[in-house]
Amino acid sequence: MAQKLVVIGAGMASGRVLEHLFEDAPGMYDVTLFNGEARGNYNRIMLSPVLSGEKTYEEIVTHDDPWYATHNVVCRFGEQITGIDRDRKVVISASGETPYDKLLIATGSAPFIIPVQGKELPGVITYRDLDDTNAMIAASAKPGAKAVVIGGGLLGLEAAAGMKARGMEVTVIHLMGHLMERQLDPAAGYLLEKDLERRGIKVHCKGSTAAILGDGKVEAVLLEDNTTYPADLVVMAVGIRPETRLATDAHLEIGRGIVVNDQMVTSDPDILAVGECVEHKGQLFGLVAPLYDQAKVVAKTLQAEPSAFQPVQTATKLKVTGVDLYSAGDFAEGEGREEIVYRDASAGIYKRLVIKDDKIIGAVMYGDTVDGPWFFQKIKSGEDISEGRETLIFGPNFAGGAASDPFSAVAALPDDAEICGCNGISKGMIVKAIQNGAKSLADVQAVTKASTSCGTCLGLTTQLTALTLGDDFVLPGVAGMCKCTDHTHDDVRRLIRAKSLKSIPAIMQELEWKTSGGCHSCRPALNYYLVCEWPGEYIDHAQSRFINERVHANIQKDGTYSVVPRMWGGLTSPTELRAIADVADKFNIPTVKVTGGQRIDLLGVKKDDLPAVWADLNDAGMVSGHAYAKGLRTVKTCVGTDWCRFGTQDSTGLGVRIEKAMWGAWTPHKVKMAVSGCPRNCAEATCKDVGVICVDSGFEIGVGGAAGMDLKKIETIAKVETEDEALDIIIAFVQLYREGAQYLHRPYKWIAKVGLDHVIAKVVDDKENRAALVERFNYSQTFYQVDPWAERVRGLDAHEFAPLMDLTQVAAE
Amino acid sequence: MSMFLEIGRIEDIPRQAARLVKTDMGCIAIFRTFDDKIFALDDKCPHKGGPISNGIQHGDMVTCPLHNWVFDLNTGQAQGADSGVIRTYPVEVREGVILIARSSLDQAVAAE
Ligand code: SRM
Ligand SMILES: Cc1cc2nc3c(=O)[nH]c(=O)nc-3n(C[C@H](O)[C@H](O)[C@H](O)COP(=O)(O)OP(=O)(O)OC[C@H]3O[C@@H](n4cnc5c(N)ncnc54)[C@H](O)[C@@H]3O)c2cc1C
Ligand code: SF4
Ligand code: FES
Repeated sequence: MAQKLVVIGAGMASGRVLEHLFEDAPGMYDVTLFNGEARGNYNRIMLSPVLSGEKTYEEIVTHDDPWYATHNVVCRFGEQITGIDRDRKVVISASGETPYDKLLIATGSAPFIIPVQGKELPGVITYRDLDDTNAMIAASAKPGAKAVVIGGGLLGLEAAAGMKARGMEVTVIHLMGHLMERQLDPAAGYLLEKDLERRGIKVHCKGSTAAILGDGKVEAVLLEDNTTYPADLVVMAVGIRPETRLATDAHLEIGRGIVVNDQMVTSDPDILAVGECVEHKGQLFGLVAPLYDQAKVVAKTLQAEPSAFQPVQTATKLKVTGVDLYSAGDFAEGEGREEIVYRDASAGIYKRLVIKDDKIIGAVMYGDTVDGPWFFQKIKSGEDISEGRETLIFGPNFAGGAASDPFSAVAALPDDAEICGCNGISKGMIVKAIQNGAKSLADVQAVTKASTSCGTCLGLTTQLTALTLGDDFVLPGVAGMCKCTDHTHDDVRRLIRAKSLKSIPAIMQELEWKTSGGCHSCRPALNYYLVCEWPGEYIDHAQSRFINERVHANIQKDGTYSVVPRMWGGLTSPTELRAIADVADKFNIPTVKVTGGQRIDLLGVKKDDLPAVWADLNDAGMVSGHAYAKGLRTVKTCVGTDWCRFGTQDSTGLGVRIEKAMWGAWTPHKVKMAVSGCPRNCAEATCKDVGVICVDSGFEIGVGGAAGMDLKKIETIAKVETEDEALDIIIAFVQLYREGAQYLHRPYKWIAKVGLDHVIAKVVDDKENRAALVERFNYSQTFYQVDPWAERVRGLDAHEFAPLMDLTQVAAE
Repeated sequence: MSMFLEIGRIEDIPRQAARLVKTDMGCIAIFRTFDDKIFALDDKCPHKGGPISNGIQHGDMVTCPLHNWVFDLNTGQAQGADSGVIRTYPVEVREGVILIARSSLDQAVAAE
């Protein structure tokens, strides 16, 4: 008969234990799984991407209901264990007692709360689980919300970056002289601090928290040096300690954690422990790699098979999109230690190796981390590096400075080089998996689990898989644009350029499309890429556009259309208003509405009537508002210096100028802009794709805002003195977005991929590049800045607006 | 009276586009595919009545413009997880002229 295994805690460690156990010995145990959190196992280390909005909770669940059902796991989620009675072999929870033959304690850690006044105020949280993450996301919904993170370590910084990405104003308070002092030396810490500050995160080092202030809820954080930071939310991320309370009460042997032997058994032979709650030979654990090794041992011990846990060295990466940081080993200064340092200030690259007795004992890398695993390997192997020491810091590819092929770094790695730190997977293990039959990245991931935990090694795993499989390698299906191709959006764009592909059939032929005519998802994307790449050469393919862009009006639920003429910067006139009124009367247009974009919408127009409606609007001087387009929508403005007593610049005038310069341009997704005349921001510029805030001394240009399904605040990229320069930067930004973004990505999504630094470098800092972008945009506009309505009034695409045959008339004759 | 009614010429419809034949009972969408096949279906999506003539065509399929259901032009059948059928009409092309069977229109063109 199956024995009863009770597991306390459904965390990252216990999830692995169960996987191994069910794989090796299905049916050996009836498992009951308790979890304090009201959910099952998920990938805790991916909470940061959930916080920043790059992933959803659903994407990070590691074990779902069908999995527990398949393995007959009795799930008791949301049920805290309050006691263990070792004599009677039962665990105690609110609903009673549950007997066990074997017990596994996997309770993880509890975040440390610094004992200051105000620590229990509502709005003070830690960063450990999904509820904490959701609390941060909820707090970010309030416009202008401020967060203070106490603790500038891994967790604190990931929390800070995530909340910043959600538009909060974030300050990090760190007790030590530089950030992440456990992983970084002061120089790398400084680079990191600068990088974070450039992203708008305020960093206060050497800051000691004196008290948390607030009346009924948190309002501010007070430091010993008397600085106060206002706060709607305070996140304490100052450290963790093993969650040992149950074990202590049950009188198991406790040090700093629950003491286990090499077999992961506690001082009670029927009780095992795994994960962050344990102490092994005096050591505690805070990263998943060693926990996964422990999990393997636990599974073996439960099957009464010999196995022993041996801790491995770990390397650290910070999971903040756009920040590349890697550290491993020991890098404190000390007797007999030498170092090799490489700096490239302009590129923000810093590398440091610490050497002792001709061996690398520590490595810190910032800005360029591709060689991290290669150095880490040398640390672990303890190999003598005296030969080739001069070029060591340049990594495995040093060959006189020639640009390296992306694969050569991977090719140069020895077999035992670590690829996936979380899962302890080396290059050799991946190669072996492929030799044993894995045929794709997905296979490699399924067999080895490489790149499935924190995901930072996905690039390496993919490269290695590609390298080993050679011609047999196909990129994973999910990455393809759609079911018609395995190429990603980015690759297709690159290939369009590289191979000078100038039509949709040419792309489909050359890139080996798997369907004959594409689908409704890839064809509009391809059409856009061609429009953007070959202005003046490519002939737009109307049948690859969504109906709205094909007939230049928005289809409505009843098959009628809406018509929105442009009102430049929101300005209109009695003549325009009269023309709109007349059109509405003449064509029996049922609804006239003011839109959220400062203009007027005529709703319920019959398709056949569209050209005639446009003709009348054209006669009054109005053109299409492109309310249907993946293109420039509106530039909202406020009244500015023309009328407002607070206006600092001619915001209306600048808005009109921008709209006149940019209308008609096709973009990857729609683009909305606004100009506000002062920081009171009446034009709501701070949540637009491009938002300008006028101040006395000039114009602050922000990008990457959104107010649709996601709410994002703009990030400032430049402050300039003149309208001309502001306009140039805006045009250059839009052109960079047009050339770089994947179809249907709003600017904020694209920026999350390429990093704000890239945008600032190309659009603001590099003036030559800015001018080149502006020139390309303006060239393209010579072809696309044409009123599509006027063209159709003159007869273009007439077939769209007239039936092939009208049998109702035949009948009437 | 001929069995078939002329409704237009093939070049009146661009490739991968559709045009309408209006009848008293509603519109019939005439599709021309990339490889010059002609199909006739009611211009009404079984989901929420979307005008499928406005959809994007791919192969012998069309995607409804309102909520992206996909239909096979040969059978009018909804694809994938969605279910529903659009009525199809027999059509022929002779020397570039598109012909639709009169019998099938009898119901549609009540007064004729
Ligand atoms: C007409 C209007 C609502 C109104 O009556 O005020 C409107 C109507 C539609 N919006 Fe909107 N949006 C309108 C302003 C907005 C705004 C406010 C603004 O622009 O200041 C937003 C939030 C700001 C933003 O985009 O960040 C907005 C966020 C959306 C979204 C979400 C976009 C996103 O990236 O999350 C969609 C869906 C989409 O585009 O995929 C959407 C899609 C739509 C569609 C196209 C839905 C559809 O596919 O049929 C609606 C078309 C109606 C029509 O036929 O005109 N609409 N929509 C507004 C037209 C503004 C204009 O003059 O052009
Ligand atoms: C935001 C974040 C980012 C991280 N990033 C990384 C990273 O990039 N790389 C890395 O290696 N590590 C990272 N870590 C650390 C990693 O998540 C932990 O090392 C790992 O989750 C520990 O696993 P565990 O199973 O020991 O504990 P946990 O995963 O914490 O699981 C313990 C579970 O036990 C439950 N529990 C506790 N007490 C009881 C009780 N009495 N009754 C019932 N249930 C109970 C808890 O509710 C919890 O669900 C990160 C951690 C966080 C929070
Ligand atoms: S919010 Fe926008 S998309 Fe939603 S119903 Fe209103 S107009 Fe339509
Ligand atoms: S009406 Fe056609 S898909 Fe909804």
